[in-house]
Amino acid sequence: MSGAVSTDDLVAWIRAFRDAVHARKDELTRLDSEIGDADHGSNMARGLDAVVAKLDPAPASPSDLFKTVGMTLVSSVGGASGPLYGTLFLRMGPTLGVETEVDAATLGAALRAGVEGVVARGKAELGDKTMIDALSPALDAWDAAAAEGLAEAARAAADAAARGRDATEPLVARKGRASYLGERSAGHLDPGATSATLLLEALRDTLAGAA
Amino acid sequence: MKKFVNDPANVLAEALRGIEAAHPDLRVDAENRVILRAEPTRSGKVALVSGGGSGHEPMHGGFVGRGMLDAAAAGEVFTSPTPDQVLAATQAVDSGAGVLHIVKNYTGDVLNFEMAAELAAAEGVQVESVVVADDVAVTDSTWTAGRRGTGTTVILEKIVGALAEEGADLAAVAELARRVSAAGRSMGVALTSCTVPAAGRPTFELPDDEMEVGVGIHGEPGRSRVKLASAREIAKLMVDPIVHDFGAPVGPAIVLLSGLGGTPLIEQYLLYGEIAPLLAEAGVDVQRVLIGDYITSLDMAGASLTVVKADDEMLRLWDAPVVTPGLRWGA
Repeated sequence: MSGAVSTDDLVAWIRAFRDAVHARKDELTRLDSEIGDADHGSNMARGLDAVVAKLDPAPASPSDLFKTVGMTLVSSVGGASGPLYGTLFLRMGPTLGVETEVDAATLGAALRAGVEGVVARGKAELGDKTMIDALSPALDAWDAAAAEGLAEAARAAADAAARGRDATEPLVARKGRASYLGERSAGHLDPGATSATLLLEALRDTLAGAA
Repeated sequence: MKKFVNDPANVLAEALRGIEAAHPDLRVDAENRVILRAEPTRSGKVALVSGGGSGHEPMHGGFVGRGMLDAAAAGEVFTSPTPDQVLAATQAVDSGAGVLHIVKNYTGDVLNFEMAAELAAAEGVQVESVVVADDVAVTDSTWTAGRRGTGTTVILEKIVGALAEEGADLAAVAELARRVSAAGRSMGVALTSCTVPAAGRPTFELPDDEMEVGVGIHGEPGRSRVKLASAREIAKLMVDPIVHDFGAPVGPAIVLLSGLGGTPLIEQYLLYGEIAPLLAEAGVDVQRVLIGDYITSLDMAGASLTVVKADDEMLRLWDAPVVTPGLRWGA
């Protein structure tokens, strides 16, 4: 990889995300049982299994890949996570056109378009104790490090996402089912921010060594 | 976990098989997990589509039939259905007169129904949506996802289903739905947690001498945890916030006391015996009462109280014939 990733690399990212969610499925469900409805791990695992089943043969381009991932998540996850994660990928695709190789700046712009889509659909703001608390700082970190290449941008983004995830612990939720707990939602990590961090950590691990 | 299951992953698919076997008036689209009336929608009749996570039975699939819903999309347990499920239900029942989506106010349900309505509109189906948000336990809507949709949904599906059966157009059906939705208030209390089959253990821990006040219907903890109280005291915890939230005198009303799945009917009646005088005292003129498991939260012990301020038209439509697995009278 010389400053750019191919469709195959991005397929590897999605597979790595599936594997990470499976490995942490019980933890995601446990977090969700504390402040939600105990289904985040199983729903994401089921949806990502459906996604991976559609990736062989690999889609022709990153744009096609993200469209397939988004449509499949929307139609197989349910809950709020289906439309939100689905929208993330559905909005990433169109920014990439027919390109088959993607550099750090382009992938960063695609991620930003995806996260903006999530914000538009879910209407969450930073600090509401949602996946946005991990995704939004990750985007900024990506952009700041993009000049140093893909591996560095992904590392910075994953670190920022993890910090954003950890910062959800003391927050009182203002969106989603956890918001019904009011003050009682404080003291727990947000499950959505936790799975979103897995997404960026999977990207970091996939791109480690990329220029 | 002791439950009637074969494989926790197949609970929904296998339950749908049972619904199809039990009710010849219904048809199950197993692929899309949609429960429909066996008869196609009469030409010119507005269709009612609801849906949501499973685990609240008889809602919604048990309310499909003449005088109530035309179709219900069944999500996984406590997980809203996906947009393509709702789209499949919508397209299957549209006679050309349009479709009303009845959505309970949970983030997932709202997002998936929104996406489905956009897709249906693109396919040329006229869709109106009503979002039920009746749970008075949620007081600070600004800082939450808003009030949850609970018991008013059942009463709305009955009343609005009757109007659609009479041949009213989509605008009138949607207008009545919004009126019923605005007239309903609910409050729930849980004595135990519940067990999602895929999770295998109770969603939260609740000691024997405590209860959760202000619960929704997804096994989530409530707004506060307090010491277990007598039925008389619990009745007050349910009635007071509802009456307070109405503000003005309620007058004629339809009342639903629903068990949450793990509370026997004898306790529900005992509880209603305490609720009835409190409602009367507060100026609620109870015209119709429904008691039993109508909107449940798997095996949770507990109950939710719903009061819908009802005008003459709502009462007339409430009494109209209904033929569904969950509600059946006048036919």
